[in-house]
Amino acid sequence: MERPLTQHIHPDGTTRTLREYVTTGGYHCLQRLAGLPPKDVQRLVTDAGLRGRGGGGFLTGAKWSFVPMGADAAKPKYIVANGDEMEPGTFKDRVLIEGDPHGLIEGMILAGYAIEAEIGYIFLRGEYHLSARRLTEAIAEAYAAGYLGTPLPGTGFRFDLHLHASAGRYICGEETALINALEGKRAVPRAKPPFPQTVGLWGKPTVVQNVETLYNIPHIVNHGSDWYRRLSRTQDGGTKIYGISGRVTNPGWWELPLGTTAREVLERYAGGVADGVRFRGLLPGGISTAFMTEEHLDLPLDFSSIPPEVGRLGTATMIVLDDHTCPVGFVLNLEKFFTRESCGWCTPCREGLPWVARILMSFEEGRATSDDLSLLKMHTKWLAPGHTFCGLAPGAMAPLQSALKYFHDDFERHITTGGCPWSKKSAQQRVLV
Amino acid sequence: MATIIVDNKSYIVDEQQNLLAACLGHGLNVPYFCWHPAMGSVGACRQCAVKQFKDDRDQSGRLVMSCMTPATNGTRISIDDPEAKAFRASVIEWLMVNHPHDCPVCDEGGECHLQDMTVMTGHVYRRYRYPKRTHRNQTLGPFIRHEMNRCIQCYRCVRYYRDYAGGRDLNVFGSHDAVYFGREQDGTLENEFSGNLVEVCPTGVFTDKTFFHHYTRKWDLQAAQSICPHCSLGCNTTAGERSGLLRRITNRFNSQVNGYFLCDRGRFGYEYVNSPHRIKQALVKQERHLSQLGTMDGVPQPLEFAAERLREARGIVGIGSPRASLESNAALRSLVGPQHFYQGIDDQERQLLSTILNVFRAGPVPSASIHDAEQSDAVFVLGTDLLNEAPRLALALLQSIRQQPMDRVDELKIPRWDEAAVRNAVQNRRGPLFLAGYQRTWFHEYATDTYFAAPDDIARLGFAVAGTIAQESSSVPDLNSQAKELAQRIAQALTHAQRPLIIAGTGSGSQAMIEAAANVAWALHQQGKQPRLSFVLPEANSAGLALLGGGSLNDAFDAISQGKADTVIVLENDLYRRADPVKVDAFLDGAHTVIVIDSLEHRTTAQADVLLPAATGPESDGTFVNQEGRAQRFYQVFVPEDDVKASWHWLSDLGRATSQEGDRGSGVGTWHNFDDAVAATATVAPELARIKEVAPSASFRLVGQKAPRQTERCSGRTSLIAHLTMHEPPPPADPHSPLGFTMEGYRGPLPSPLISQFWAPGWNSIQAVNTYQDDVGGPLRDEMPGIRLIEPVAPKAPAWFTSIPRAFQPTAQQWLLLPLSAVFGSDELSNQAPAIAERIAQPFLSLHPSDGARLGLQDDSTIDLVLQGTPYRLAVHFEPSTPVGTVGLSLVPEVAGIRVPMWVDLCEAIKIEQTRRAA
Repeated sequence: MERPLTQHIHPDGTTRTLREYVTTGGYHCLQRLAGLPPKDVQRLVTDAGLRGRGGGGFLTGAKWSFVPMGADAAKPKYIVANGDEMEPGTFKDRVLIEGDPHGLIEGMILAGYAIEAEIGYIFLRGEYHLSARRLTEAIAEAYAAGYLGTPLPGTGFRFDLHLHASAGRYICGEETALINALEGKRAVPRAKPPFPQTVGLWGKPTVVQNVETLYNIPHIVNHGSDWYRRLSRTQDGGTKIYGISGRVTNPGWWELPLGTTAREVLERYAGGVADGVRFRGLLPGGISTAFMTEEHLDLPLDFSSIPPEVGRLGTATMIVLDDHTCPVGFVLNLEKFFTRESCGWCTPCREGLPWVARILMSFEEGRATSDDLSLLKMHTKWLAPGHTFCGLAPGAMAPLQSALKYFHDDFERHITTGGCPWSKKSAQQRVLV
Repeated sequence: MATIIVDNKSYIVDEQQNLLAACLGHGLNVPYFCWHPAMGSVGACRQCAVKQFKDDRDQSGRLVMSCMTPATNGTRISIDDPEAKAFRASVIEWLMVNHPHDCPVCDEGGECHLQDMTVMTGHVYRRYRYPKRTHRNQTLGPFIRHEMNRCIQCYRCVRYYRDYAGGRDLNVFGSHDAVYFGREQDGTLENEFSGNLVEVCPTGVFTDKTFFHHYTRKWDLQAAQSICPHCSLGCNTTAGERSGLLRRITNRFNSQVNGYFLCDRGRFGYEYVNSPHRIKQALVKQERHLSQLGTMDGVPQPLEFAAERLREARGIVGIGSPRASLESNAALRSLVGPQHFYQGIDDQERQLLSTILNVFRAGPVPSASIHDAEQSDAVFVLGTDLLNEAPRLALALLQSIRQQPMDRVDELKIPRWDEAAVRNAVQNRRGPLFLAGYQRTWFHEYATDTYFAAPDDIARLGFAVAGTIAQESSSVPDLNSQAKELAQRIAQALTHAQRPLIIAGTGSGSQAMIEAAANVAWALHQQGKQPRLSFVLPEANSAGLALLGGGSLNDAFDAISQGKADTVIVLENDLYRRADPVKVDAFLDGAHTVIVIDSLEHRTTAQADVLLPAATGPESDGTFVNQEGRAQRFYQVFVPEDDVKASWHWLSDLGRATSQEGDRGSGVGTWHNFDDAVAATATVAPELARIKEVAPSASFRLVGQKAPRQTERCSGRTSLIAHLTMHEPPPPADPHSPLGFTMEGYRGPLPSPLISQFWAPGWNSIQAVNTYQDDVGGPLRDEMPGIRLIEPVAPKAPAWFTSIPRAFQPTAQQWLLLPLSAVFGSDELSNQAPAIAERIAQPFLSLHPSDGARLGLQDDSTIDLVLQGTPYRLAVHFEPSTPVGTVGLSLVPEVAGIRVPMWVDLCEAIKIEQTRRAA
């Protein structure tokens, strides 16, 4: 099984230097770009079927195709790496950046070359201090070695790269909010259209891409699209970093062929749920994806195999819910996070999420009524794509809506017993009442 | 044009619009918050959701935000769709989660857009049962009250204040459900247009603090159209009164003039009307210089006394005023005869005004309205400090710099209403705006290029620009290379523009600057461009006064000193603001009788033998001609107390009182109502002929009825004076206008000047303006936006101005003292309003640091400067933008009457002080 992204990463957590990276074929393809015009790089990536690894799963080739090309296009154009990995339970970009920072740089150079963008920004989560340090060093190495800041051999294409550490908002993971933040504005999403490919950073054509996605590009250019497609088990090409957290025997991450099932990741790699607990469900990729339960564990985890009524893959870093954890409390925790991270721009998200969180709190405190269930359902209906300004609130509703579906009885039990059945404190309080 | 289908009915709409504006234009009620006709769409509030269907087979449809969806041909939507209605009610429910239930004590109550939208969506019952978030409010200065707990986070305030009006000190802080709109810390809002927050805010977060001090509900206001008297732009306002007190000013939409916004001087300067210094009694003072004027027993009636003096007079001098209405000036002119009528302004100002009039009369270039200025795509301002002299025009220019970058927006096929996308595409690109002047303000940060120089040098730059456009090399001798290059850049920008605009003004007192501006415009015209010209004038009716004609104040002084006359009538004019006090003293002392008609006490009224109390704007009818040459009517809002009467009315009474029996055939004595005044005024000059058409005459009726000034729900009419009488007195008669001082009258569509307040069923806030427009944001239905009295007829420019001044040379001893206008402080009337008075800065002298060093002064020190024998205590400000060899003097009340520009020996003026101090 091939693991192109992570095979060279040191197990001891140290980073790979430029020398090591070059030894294993890194930056190699930059030498032969003279014979590979940007359009050809685009075609390679399109044919490879590379999809955005940030959770959206949008075809990278399609995304690039909207960028105005040629002499008439606005200049400069920008390529931005979205490293604002604030999705709870998700740590795949961190693994890659810390272990192999040059992979990101090479990916960005190639992506920049493909869309003729001469300037790149890495927008990095503020808390990723180690990543920031390793990237800073790697960028300096790449400049010194002439991969950055000097024209690539035979092309006249020169790429400059800047690192920007975020001030820290979940919404910066949304590409247009990220662009606003990069411009020094409030991290509020922008209305689309126009899309960043035409009006992006400082009004210029811009492509924002997830870190993991960019890591794939050098391998596609080196080995070709057919090789890349063959890496996966399904029609979506490539490998994916899968991760698991929660009460499992062996939490962690693994680079596996795209289309590996959740059951395989959970049982074969994570060693199943921990002793004494029972599996109830999992969030497949971050907290803005819907719960999957036992019945969905054999679905291939990729961007096309999960039916929309079940959910979507997201970042593929799973969080497992077990029977020792209250599903209502679990969702409350998520909704508190979303409430806090709402940017405050549009009404349904800004006002709806705190209301949802308070209702869930009242379930936990034993003050919920059946009216509250219908209020929760109302919010899952209204906080839908298109109703809100961006995807944050619909994302927040995905775990809630699926929890109401799969764990409805647990919600009811909170109402009938007047508190949280999982909470000892709540049980004591009930006695006192 | 496009056809859209709304709830299965077809509507013809402008495809350049979004669906929300298109629906509102057809009177379809779609609730909204964050969208504003002047500020476009951003899609934040989600209130305007409607259901959109792909085609007539699509039954399910999807919710879209109408403000963010273009009104393309064939668009099929439903407003009444149950899901859309339920969603809109939910948006209100969310907004109400934290909104306090304080409507009964909220100043916005009764004209609150949030109230209206809540009713419109049908949200009634509260289901949220948790605590509300609370905020601490801020003290934002004398104009605005802040109550953040009412905020519904529509973001209009910051979008207006920062993006539209260029303000810096209001911002949005925090995030999620705790976003906070305010300043970094308590303090006065600095922007000159902050008052519009009151109208921009859809609820009671930002309310009018001056109104709060004498609050009444909107429905209890008696209101009518007013024209702002505080500068020459003539912004339209709605003045509201109750119980004899003028309560507030709100913006009055006029598509050609002020649109949706006013400046703070215009909005908060109104309280001069309620001033304790108002003159309310007609008085005769038999002995001059008594400290108190009084009507003791045995004192003759003022009118008869005045008439007797006028009959006995050996020549009368009538002094008009640029702050009095056209009709009042014309009345005085008629009473004293044209040859004895003087404009009441100094020689220099009269000369400048007459030059400006001639530029428009003889030249081919039309004047620019504020609306034109907004649409300009390249602007060159010579010498005038717009932010302080004509603030609303500066606000218009802040929009004009967005015109040129719109090319890129159009290229990207972004609809212009899509404000968020437009701003993202435009970023910091700005169209050409060149500011030449001698006082730096924050407005200069928006300029492409700035040029700080003495007036003569600014004029030279102007002449050089004109020469460059006309391709005449070396038109200005000895021009330095910096100015030469700048002139080339300006010329290039202006010639590349579609709608270039040249602005100058009278503020600096420079004739050459006006001539240079005219040359630039004429040169552009000669190149086949369509330029416009705009001149900022000193006062509200300066242009009207200039059209009436008449000598200067000095000519009037001469008439008395040469014994040609012995009696003076001063109309609404404090001569001490306009001439050397010694001369004014001599003039008034030299006259046998001085009759003064004015509304507020000042140094000239103190010298009156007969004092007649004049009505202020909101107490009278009249016509002002603004700097564009647009004649506009203001209507009386309420009946003043005591003897107060419109000036023209006093003059017509005087005319009757002085005329001999059987000699009533002509003149002001035959004026009985305002229509007579207008008709007579219209005959004074050919250009005034059309002032009759400015607004409906007094005889105008609809269905036989007058238009009411009071609202349908005005309360307490029968009980307000119940402690005095149980009878309800008849409403005061109004023979002067088609308006009534009542609740009764015609309730229906009216010509725009007769609208008392914007109000429509379901639309109680100022947002009701939408319902008066066919195209939202466009002209009012039946709009009478005033009449431009001078349109160019000349096919080409007359002989160009050729008196190019020599370059300004600083001298060793003398400094050129230049006037620095102040938005708060330089206007006689608004200075009397307490809120404005609070904002007036201490008088200061602005010097180039090198000049300061030469004089041995310290920055921020205080000096006493002796000018014309009077010492003035002034702060010293070192300001690198002040041209070397000049000093700027802030025109605030303490220094009113100093004639600037003038040359001053600063060494001497300050040395005197130092000697005195030493002694």
